[in-house]
Amino acid sequence: MPAATTARDHLHDHREGPDPNMSDNGPVQIRCPVLNVRRVDAYVAITVVAPGVAERFRSGQFVSVGVGGDHSSTLLRRPFAVHDVKADYGGTIEFLFSVEGTGTAWLAERRSRDLLDLVGPLGRPFPLPRDPVNCVLVGGGSGAAPLFPLAQSLRRRGCRVDFVLGAASADGVLNAITARRLAETATFTTDDGSFGTRGRVTDVLGTVVREGRSDAVYACGPMPMLRSVTAVAENHDLPVQVSVEETMACGTGICMTCVIPVVGGDGITRMVRSCVDGPVFRGERVRFDDVGSIPFDALGAPGWKGAGGRGVEQDRDIA
Amino acid sequence: MGALELPNPVVTAAGCAGAGRELAQFFDISSLGAVTTKSVMLEPHAGRPAPRMAETPSGMLSTTGMQGPGLDVLLQRDLPWLCSRGGRAIVSVAGAGVAEFGELARRLSEAEGVSAVEVNLSCPDPASSSGRTFADDPERAEEVLETVRSQARSELPVLAKLAGDVPDVVELAGACVDAGADGLSMINTLRGMAVDTRTLRPAVAGGLGGLSGPAVRPIAVGCVYRVHEALPEVPIIGMGGVRTGEDALEFMAAGASAVAVGTVNFSDPSAGARVLREFTEALEVRGFTRAADLVGAAHRTGPRG
Repeated sequence: MPAATTARDHLHDHREGPDPNMSDNGPVQIRCPVLNVRRVDAYVAITVVAPGVAERFRSGQFVSVGVGGDHSSTLLRRPFAVHDVKADYGGTIEFLFSVEGTGTAWLAERRSRDLLDLVGPLGRPFPLPRDPVNCVLVGGGSGAAPLFPLAQSLRRRGCRVDFVLGAASADGVLNAITARRLAETATFTTDDGSFGTRGRVTDVLGTVVREGRSDAVYACGPMPMLRSVTAVAENHDLPVQVSVEETMACGTGICMTCVIPVVGGDGITRMVRSCVDGPVFRGERVRFDDVGSIPFDALGAPGWKGAGGRGVEQDRDIA
Repeated sequence: MGALELPNPVVTAAGCAGAGRELAQFFDISSLGAVTTKSVMLEPHAGRPAPRMAETPSGMLSTTGMQGPGLDVLLQRDLPWLCSRGGRAIVSVAGAGVAEFGELARRLSEAEGVSAVEVNLSCPDPASSSGRTFADDPERAEEVLETVRSQARSELPVLAKLAGDVPDVVELAGACVDAGADGLSMINTLRGMAVDTRTLRPAVAGGLGGLSGPAVRPIAVGCVYRVHEALPEVPIIGMGGVRTGEDALEFMAAGASAVAVGTVNFSDPSAGARVLREFTEALEVRGFTRAADLVGAAHRTGPRG
């Protein structure tokens, strides 16, 4: 891990302060009307009237939405990053998704004035720089969604914003036009070369960072992408904030299913909850290579020194 | 509930409410009968690798592997917080062996703000080579309960958390009561599996997971009914797929004296308060003045009412 730099000091980390979820900015659960459902590139975007959520929202937070109605056999909420927040109708938020299962298929069939059960805003937001520094925002596929409100927040603070957006092919690149409008530069990559540069976001990131004289990197998308973006940022000695995507049941911090290994300020790795301890983390703190496992040196891992060997029996435990 | 005094019969189920802090963002947790805290072990445990969860019809399959910060953190951070909010704590304990259960009970007996100890018998028994839990063997469950009872302060109510997927839940319940359990919590998640049909691998790490949610409710209600029939004097906290006040009513009619809200907390963080409100309304509609009058109603013969 590189030593702290001046640029790094610009990134004020809200997490040193009190937990935002415990304040008046904590989440609310509301039944909110759908304003509209539209296609955005390869995705479906739903805008809901949700004043309580919109006014509390900070970039990087997400919402969770009940699917299938009150008596649905699909019990679990679906988590979505917030893509846009507007002051219309007292406050609206937009989230977007691709239709992948029964839950998202049901959501895609919603129409204006249907009611959705929504909880939010959830999770810790992106820390914002105190000073007008240069920021590069890197997104993969629909994972780029939370970068748009972030770009607006950064612009309001006088930051330079450069976008790097990637996807498998052209229709997966989210909101290219908006990205061009919001940012100083917008660079696009596709795996198949159907739009922008053929390749991955990390193939062009180094150039964007150098040309934009970037001071900080924000990234959002699949875990392998976040890992390589973090590596590029570290090579340039830049602070990097990543927003992770992990399967979760509750989104509120109680189910303990969305955990990933993250190194704390004390150097100890803990299995932390993506939903409330994240989804935004400092990239260099996430142990990307160990996601999906329990690293042997994680707090409370089997054989962990403090456990006195008792932990080894836990691998059969299902309760 | 026997030795355990609760202001109302709706509590949270262990592992489905943390220590109340997260749900307190959505409603006043002191309005609940109690918060049953996530099963605690003596030391921190990192739990199971991901994926830990799969959605199933009307339920979910999960396996967190007892991830938790250990007893010290519960005693120093979580319990004082819950008490400061006016909440009551039923502390669920999980031991890697009989001795650990005893040690947990002993240390909780010295702690402030513990309304009851709930013994999670669905922990793997280190004496078993085939992955059996303490709940799978009534004799082992009895040993655990005897140890907990002997280590716990005599006024501290001890509840045994029973599994529903055992050959004879009535025998298991009887063994726990004989060993000194003051009440029973039932049921825990049921062992099940989902296979990811893309990868042809179990959908949760390690294969088996615990099934919870409305999918298990008829099994849970059946267990409560049978145990209440055999042991009518023993208070039961009924749980397994409670989603509405009507569901709570169902458990109490089957013989439960209180009801725990579990997995629905994940999908509806306001569920605790909502279920209590709906349950109160459902009682009124049926002309019951006290929840206690409803307990075991399904066992009575003759016309209802």
